[in-house]
Amino acid sequence: MKTVSTQTISDCVYRLALKASGTLTDSCRTALQDSEQKETGAARFALATVLENEKCAIAEQMPVCQDTGMCVVLLEIGQEVHLTGAPLKDAVDDGVRRAYRDGLFRKSICDPLTRINTGDNTPAHLHTEIVKGDKISVTVLPKGFGSENMSKLYMLTPAEGKTGIVNAIVDTVRIAGSRPCPPVYVGVGIGGAFDSCAFLAKKALTREVGSRNHRKDVAEIELEALEKINALEIGAQGFGGKTTAIGVSCEIAPTHIAGLPVAVNIQCHCVRCEKEILL
Amino acid sequence: MKMLKLPLSEEEISQLHAGDSVMLSGTIYTARDCAHKRLFDLLDKNEQLPFDLNGALIYYAGPCPAPKGKACGSCGPTTSARMNSFAPRLLDAGLGGMIGKGEMSRETVESIKRNKKVYFAAIGGAGAIYGNAVKKSDCIAFPELLSEAIHQLQVENFPLVVAIDCYGKSIYENDKN
Repeated sequence: MKTVSTQTISDCVYRLALKASGTLTDSCRTALQDSEQKETGAARFALATVLENEKCAIAEQMPVCQDTGMCVVLLEIGQEVHLTGAPLKDAVDDGVRRAYRDGLFRKSICDPLTRINTGDNTPAHLHTEIVKGDKISVTVLPKGFGSENMSKLYMLTPAEGKTGIVNAIVDTVRIAGSRPCPPVYVGVGIGGAFDSCAFLAKKALTREVGSRNHRKDVAEIELEALEKINALEIGAQGFGGKTTAIGVSCEIAPTHIAGLPVAVNIQCHCVRCEKEILL
Repeated sequence: MKMLKLPLSEEEISQLHAGDSVMLSGTIYTARDCAHKRLFDLLDKNEQLPFDLNGALIYYAGPCPAPKGKACGSCGPTTSARMNSFAPRLLDAGLGGMIGKGEMSRETVESIKRNKKVYFAAIGGAGAIYGNAVKKSDCIAFPELLSEAIHQLQVENFPLVVAIDCYGKSIYENDKN
C-alpha cells in the first residue's frame, strides 16, 4: 500500500491546467502544419493565423484561446494507493481554481438556469477510474464549448453496424459546419451505455491526434470517417478546403445485445491536453 | 489586404466582398449570450442602451482577464450562430455589423443585406493574436457578467475575413447544411 496526499494530486492538476491552456499538443500542431500546406486562400490564412497565434500565446504568456474551457480531469488511480488529506474532489477543484486564477484564464462555468458564474471555473469535470497498480495517472483537458455544443449521441440499432457508425460521425461534423472551429478533432465512443459511451468519446480526445486504435476494425472506422469528413469540404473555419478534421479517434467497449450507442465529441483545432503519471 | 478604420462608411461597406481579408482598427463592443439578453430587456423597456448602437460593431467575444501591463487577455471570437436570435433586431435598430466566427442563419443574412451591413469572421482559436491587438479595454455595462460583460475595445489591426457582405453573399455558402 502506497500513501499519497490529495495535495500532491491538487498540485499536479494545477501544474497541468496551467500548462495546457498555453500551448497546442505536439500532435495537433503537426497536423495543423501539414494541413496548412494543402490549403489555399482564406482557409490557408486561417490555419497560418492559428499557428502564428500559438507562437504569440507563448511569447506573450497568454492562453492560446480565450475559451480556456471546462476543465476536464481524468484520474486513473491504482488500487494500491491510499489517499490522505482533503477529499479528492475538493483537492482537484482547488488545483483548477488556482490554475485559472494564476494563469489569468477565463472563468466559464455557470449555473445552467440562473447563468450565474461560479467565479473560479470550478467544479472541475472530474472522472476517476480505479485501475491496477500503485500509480496515479493525471490527465487535464481544457474543453472549449463551441465545439462541445456540436457533439451528439446516437443510439443506433445493431443492424446499422459499421456503416451506421461512420454515418453518425460524418453527419455530426456536417451538421456542425463552421461553428465548432474546424478543422476539428473528433472523439468517438462506440458501445457501452448512454452515459459510458459519451465518456469513451471524451477519453478518445486525450489520445494523440493521428494515433490509431489498436483494434484493426476500429482503426478502419477512424480512417474511413476521416476521409469522408474531409470530403465535406467545410474546411478551416468553414472557409472551404480539404481539411475539415485533423483526426478521428474511436474508443470501444462492450454494449447490450439490443443496442449500438455511438457518441461523437467534437474538439476544436486547439487541442490542449497535458498528462503526468505520479509514481 | 484591406486596411479598415472604424466607423465604416456606406461606400466602404459596399466595397467589401465575402472572402476579402481585412485589418480592422477602431472601437468595437464585446457582447455574447447573456449581454444580448440584457440588451433586449433594455430595448423591450424602451430604455437607453449602454452604447450608441448606430453604426457600432459588436464583437461576439468574452476575453480572458488582462495580464499585467496589457489592455486585454486572450480575446478570440465565440460561435456567432448562438446570437442568431438577436442579430436581426439589432441590425434593424442600427447596429453597424458584427464580428464572430462561423455561419449565421438565413434570417441574419437577410437582415445584413436589407440593412446593408457586414459580418466579419475572426479566426477562432487565435485568442492571443486578438487579445494582443486590443490597445484599450473598458467595461461599460453589466460588470456582474464577468467575461460576458460589455467591453468597449480599441483595437489595432484585427485580422478578419469578410464572411457575409452587404449583398448577402456568404463565405459559408459551401456548407453542406
